Amino acid sequence: MKKNIKIALVGNPNCGKSSLFNALTGLRQKVGNFAGVTVDKKTGYISLAKDTIASIIDLPGTYSLYPRRIDEFITFDVLLNADNDSHPDMLVIVADASNLKRNLLFCSQIIDLKIPTIIALNMVDVARKNGLAIDTQQLAIELGVKVIPINAREGKGINDLKRAIQTTVPVPEKNFVEVRPLCPEVVDGVKEITKVTSDYTAFQIACHYINIFCFNVEQKGKIKQLLEQHHFAMSKLQGEEILQRYERINAILDRCTSQDQSRQQALDTTARIDAVLLHPVYGYLIFLLIFYFVFQAIFSWATYPMEAIGAAFSWMQESLDNLLPESLLTNLLLEGVLAGIGGIVIFIPQIMLLFGFISILEDTGYMTRVSFLMDRLMRKVGMSGKSTLPLVSGMACAVPAILSTRGIENWKDRIITIMVTPLMSCSARLPVYALLISFIVPDEKFLGFMNLKGLVMMGLYLLGWAMALLAAFVMKLIIKAKEKSYYLMELPIYRKPRWGNVGITMIEKAKVFVTDAGKVIITISIILWFLASFGPGNSIEVIEEKYASMQPTESITQTDLNNQLQAEKLAASFAGRIGHFIEPAIKPLGFDWKIGIALITSFAAREVFVGTMSTIYSVGSTEDVDFEAIRERMRNEIDPETGEHVYSAATAFSLMIFFAFAMQCMSTVAVVKRETKSWKWPSIQILYLTGLAYLSSLIVYQWMK
Amino acid sequence: MGKEQSILSLGKLKEGDTAVIVRLESSDLSLKLMEMGFLPGEEVFVDKIAPLGDPISVKIGTYLLSLRKEEANAVMVRK
Repeated sequence: MKKNIKIALVGNPNCGKSSLFNALTGLRQKVGNFAGVTVDKKTGYISLAKDTIASIIDLPGTYSLYPRRIDEFITFDVLLNADNDSHPDMLVIVADASNLKRNLLFCSQIIDLKIPTIIALNMVDVARKNGLAIDTQQLAIELGVKVIPINAREGKGINDLKRAIQTTVPVPEKNFVEVRPLCPEVVDGVKEITKVTSDYTAFQIACHYINIFCFNVEQKGKIKQLLEQHHFAMSKLQGEEILQRYERINAILDRCTSQDQSRQQALDTTARIDAVLLHPVYGYLIFLLIFYFVFQAIFSWATYPMEAIGAAFSWMQESLDNLLPESLLTNLLLEGVLAGIGGIVIFIPQIMLLFGFISILEDTGYMTRVSFLMDRLMRKVGMSGKSTLPLVSGMACAVPAILSTRGIENWKDRIITIMVTPLMSCSARLPVYALLISFIVPDEKFLGFMNLKGLVMMGLYLLGWAMALLAAFVMKLIIKAKEKSYYLMELPIYRKPRWGNVGITMIEKAKVFVTDAGKVIITISIILWFLASFGPGNSIEVIEEKYASMQPTESITQTDLNNQLQAEKLAASFAGRIGHFIEPAIKPLGFDWKIGIALITSFAAREVFVGTMSTIYSVGSTEDVDFEAIRERMRNEIDPETGEHVYSAATAFSLMIFFAFAMQCMSTVAVVKRETKSWKWPSIQILYLTGLAYLSSLIVYQWMK
Repeated sequence: MGKEQSILSLGKLKEGDTAVIVRLESSDLSLKLMEMGFLPGEEVFVDKIAPLGDPISVKIGTYLLSLRKEEANAVMVRK
């Protein structure tokens, strides 16, 4: 029987915890979620001795044990709640040596929890560059726990750390500070009620018992009574505790470290880079350049692998179609399941590219500078500086953009960013816009040099931006904050990106998307296939029989017949019925039932609109779309009741506005569900975006007609 | 006491100013600020003010921290 020990990695943000985690576990890691919240739970495995496997869990970074945000509560609960599944047998605290004082505050709190602990002292090299020399042996004696110097980036000291983990790690003997004298009755009382043994754990429970899940109502009631009886002044005592800790930390640092004031190499280099990157002019120029580059990458570079994936899936569909017998099952497999899988895989290039860039920007320390430059602007509309990248990425595709909102710590900022990102004009709208613009906008020059078509396209992009900011502003007033929002953010020194970490992040994010959002996408894809392939009663069979007896003549070729068959089948399907059914509702927008069908099918993805129009006007299959032919048919389409043209400029503009705002994308719905952990937010999002699209189209059509 | 000795909030300082922390205005934020190293007697250096006027970045201890002016105003300093 193998022995399995649970080890948790804890530490301040930016201390190199993820680097150490990757160095320890490599690709033997999996990413999940802590139950019920959108905080990544990373677990990895290492074999220590022949009979021991250690599972390592990477807990969210936190500056202290006083939790404020959801991810800090996770760390808090795992450490204090012995019943938590992830409660560790041993802790490895990662401390940043170049920031020793602040990192020791958290270390000292952890030591007082009385869990077997080792400190991995990281970035000793950076500390040395800044003129700080540390006597680690003396430090270990003072703290009462083992201190192992490591360099997580270069993989140095990892074996020492592994060896240290294998030996028996004792529970820290002495308290770092004595909290009992601050409130003896409360500490003793909580120990009595909860049976915990450490004074500091009891003190922490007194501060946060409401949010600790393991105690029953009776225990919580008793704690509440105890605190009231002794007038427990939480904030004041916590402040007192922190002061005492820093007092002792200062004394220890005096004995264990020496600072050469004249050397500040790492900080000086960072200051020189900041002078450029945070410059009022160059700073914004460089920011625009970098973000344009990222946008360009996901917008156009990603199209090569995406086209290859699309072609591969078409080829698979075609060859399987020839190979398999014609049956309902084949049909479901090809047009429902395979199309759904294709619709998932197609996003992988964009997701991997975006997260590659995000990982580089975060690793180097630049991302915090972007927040610094943009916070004031973004805050005005209820978001934060960290919302900038998701919004810009949304101009290429909302799916990776919404996945990247994990970086926004504040819940309200994050929800608002998720809610408005689909308004950014994404690349899937391009074919729809291109079709409609070519239909109504003449190929003329505006003011002699600007292409009128290009101008309309740009207008649609600007409209997306404007509506996103406006919607954010409105939501800022409506949505209630769940937690106090702080901006406070460390500006880490600039470092070189760690390519291994970049690679791991890219693979990890693609995996998470496929497994989590994939289910929803496949399900919706199958439902849409069903709606478009089946009709009430035997309506579809009747049409098939009618065409089976028809023979091509001189004027009508077999292809024409096939196209007409597909068009009639679609019109008779459930999707066709729904199109008819919603016609009265969309008539005021200038849409007929045929457009209604295309609105339903394009919920799979916006670009499907063009393919459906092509099928419905029987000018070809979904695969090879002939723009010119559709345009011709659209131009000639006559309303049977009024005898007027269906496609006036008013209808085309109304459609464009509809596609600018409506949530016509099942993959976005799937990722919003994944990122908010409920159907509540995607439902609100579908309702508000569809409502917005409907109203705007209504106004445009009624005004223009 | 001269003008140099008067107490003012951190948010009022200019880029390049150095000051000593006197106290923190009591609020939920003050605990967070203490954790981050804002303690009475510590020296704080205003490293940068964002081009748009807010937030600011300060050097406290051995690291740079950015914070909004309204947050910085909870820190009372002496120049």
